[in-house]
Amino acid sequence: MYYNEMIEEGAVRAPYAMLSDWVETMPAEIRQMKQAEAEALFRRIGITFAVYGEGGDPDRLIPFDMMPRVFLQSEWRRLERGIKQRARALNAFLRDVYSRGEIVRAGRIPARLVYQNEAYEKAVVGIVPPRGVFSHIVGIDIVRTGRDDFFVLEDNCRTPSGVSYMLENREIMMRMFPGLFRNNRIEPVDQYPELLRRTLASVAPAKCEGTPTVVILTPGHFNSAYYEHSFLANLMGVELVEGSDLFVDGGFVYMRTTQGPKRVDVIYRRIDDPFLDPLCFRKDSMLGVPGLMDVYRSGGVSIASAPGAGVADDKAVYTYVPEMVRFYLGEEPLLQNVHTWTLWKDDDYRYVMENLKDLVVKEVHGSGGYGMLIGPKASKAEIEEFALRIKANPGNYIAQPTLALSTSPTFVDEGIAPRHVDLRPYCLCGDRVELVPGGLTRVALREGSLVVNSSQGGGVKDTWVLTE
Amino acid sequence: MLSRTAANLFWMGRHLERAETAARLLDVGARITLLPNTPEGYRNEWESLLRASGSQHTFAEHYDSQINQENIESWLFFDAENPSSVASCIERAREGGRIIRTALTSQVWDALNTAFQELRQLKNRPRSQIDTALLTDFTTRHGATVRGAINASQLRNDGWHFINLGYSLERADATSRLLDVKYFVLLPRIEFVGSGLDNYQWQVILRALSAHRAYHWAYGGDVTAHKVADFLILNGESPRSLLTSLYEAVWNLDGLARRYGDQVPSSASAQARQTLDALMARDIDAIFDEGLHEFLTWFIGEISAIANAVHDDYFSGRM
Repeated sequence: MYYNEMIEEGAVRAPYAMLSDWVETMPAEIRQMKQAEAEALFRRIGITFAVYGEGGDPDRLIPFDMMPRVFLQSEWRRLERGIKQRARALNAFLRDVYSRGEIVRAGRIPARLVYQNEAYEKAVVGIVPPRGVFSHIVGIDIVRTGRDDFFVLEDNCRTPSGVSYMLENREIMMRMFPGLFRNNRIEPVDQYPELLRRTLASVAPAKCEGTPTVVILTPGHFNSAYYEHSFLANLMGVELVEGSDLFVDGGFVYMRTTQGPKRVDVIYRRIDDPFLDPLCFRKDSMLGVPGLMDVYRSGGVSIASAPGAGVADDKAVYTYVPEMVRFYLGEEPLLQNVHTWTLWKDDDYRYVMENLKDLVVKEVHGSGGYGMLIGPKASKAEIEEFALRIKANPGNYIAQPTLALSTSPTFVDEGIAPRHVDLRPYCLCGDRVELVPGGLTRVALREGSLVVNSSQGGGVKDTWVLTE
Repeated sequence: MLSRTAANLFWMGRHLERAETAARLLDVGARITLLPNTPEGYRNEWESLLRASGSQHTFAEHYDSQINQENIESWLFFDAENPSSVASCIERAREGGRIIRTALTSQVWDALNTAFQELRQLKNRPRSQIDTALLTDFTTRHGATVRGAINASQLRNDGWHFINLGYSLERADATSRLLDVKYFVLLPRIEFVGSGLDNYQWQVILRALSAHRAYHWAYGGDVTAHKVADFLILNGESPRSLLTSLYEAVWNLDGLARRYGDQVPSSASAQARQTLDALMARDIDAIFDEGLHEFLTWFIGEISAIANAVHDDYFSGRM
């Protein structure tokens, strides 16, 4: 059975009591009107996911569900501690594997998974970024299966996206339903951009003089997340640059401005490692800045997330995160992993191949809900086909049980109905580790669906944390 | 300000102005069809409009030389293949705005985005429900809304100067091209000069620049070549005259030079001031003696040189 976050033992849970009344007293025509209003607002503000080259509408909306998802203060405090702990451990791991590799020497994680990982960046071995932070924004995807049961589904240490939805969903809810906010005590999230700016400024390189100049580096306006890049730049009051706006000269990075070159100290990049610097990584990259890595190595500029951070967040390394918490922090992990079978182990391989129909199998480097098998939803032919792919390269796969994702009430044609949800909070790591009370709740809008990715019919909700 | 941001603001201004130019041409075209027909139809007049927009060859390729009202409307308003069509210009202005949203107020973005969204709806409407007046109204209305939002809400900073520089240089260019068409194309034969036909065509030019009423207020009396040309070239009150447009460009370039100080080159400002002085040293008789076409060729060249200098001074991100 699925845990229903609104109804427990036939009664509405306390955090949802007010919302339940709100829904019941809302006439259908008001609801439709509000839904249309929300959509018009998203379009008008331009909060769209631009998808080019696939035909159809280039400006797509991610469906927005007006029914918020609610956490009690006590629930959130627990999650918060677990998330911060995990973010600390992940950064400690990154620091370690690019220097002495103690965790590997201690035999707590196989060397192969680290050093032969395609996300392991040999170009940055021996570099300690300012404050020892590699991953400055850690997005941790969390699912719930029971009242007190939260599990981490995956970690995102590179450049987790979606935070603009967390902020805009809240803005739009406050604009459309101010009454809800007056009658509930909901923790604000709008301090996020300021916290992000402070976090980035706190990791300025030692060579930085005066107030650090922070920029966001975007692949450009054809990128599907461009709205988010410009949204964050705007709220932080920093320049949004493309690779061609930057150049390297005499050990520093500069941006081209109308008043001549201006030095840049911290680059929050939203492009992947291979595209950062054509002289160091992919030679055909048009998005990056030639010579950037040399400046980075010599401490002339900080890059967030630091190149190489990806080695901490693939699905194979994921299984060792609880071990990292114990190894580096000497604590017991507060947030559990989902049980994971790693197919390069013989026992696990045998078990998984015999139980494919009950399991979810994922590629180690896959994302966005692609390249995965959901056993219970797949046909026999699909399972057989996937089994062949696994056989060809077992090391590329992990398997997890089909999770009984919790449901949150969601507007559907007939009123409200439970739909499966997950949660992505965004943890900031600089001189401090901080977390705003909230995150992005993604919801699988199709009845029975467990896939919340926007590319596969998922929507988003506002996420509330109630004050005490 | 990032050089790329400045360039985008500049081009946003240019595209917005260009969209209005296309709509004006459309309006003139529609007016021509309301006049008594000539044996060869309205072909010459339509053609002159295409020449004014500098697109007669591309038009001929796309419409198989079928010059008629519907094709002209499609070409000047909707056609994505025509980089100067209203739709192309609005889409590019909006895309440019999206790229540099951080440099625009939400009011300006909202106006720009609303124009874009309504344009999409318009494109989906059956053509039988759309007449020319609707298209020109659409363009002038949204043009004015965006313009108003810029005036009301943008900071008076360097970005403001770049937007207005785009508007003013584009307008100077559009007015001189329209005038050039008059003498180069509308009048292939010298014996027309001063004839009734000639005067009528001058009126068309005035209308194309939405200036026929303003003209009468300013000059009164008959429409003559000298007076119209004076109004559109040298009259400092006429909003679209070469003098007014150039003066606005100079004003914005001076603003930039003052703001940025000596560290930043200001060759565009010097160039524009020089052109302004040269323009003001002429009177309309001198221009006609020199030859209107020769004069306009010189002026269009100057505008393009100023635009290039703006690029070198501010958009190249000197290294």
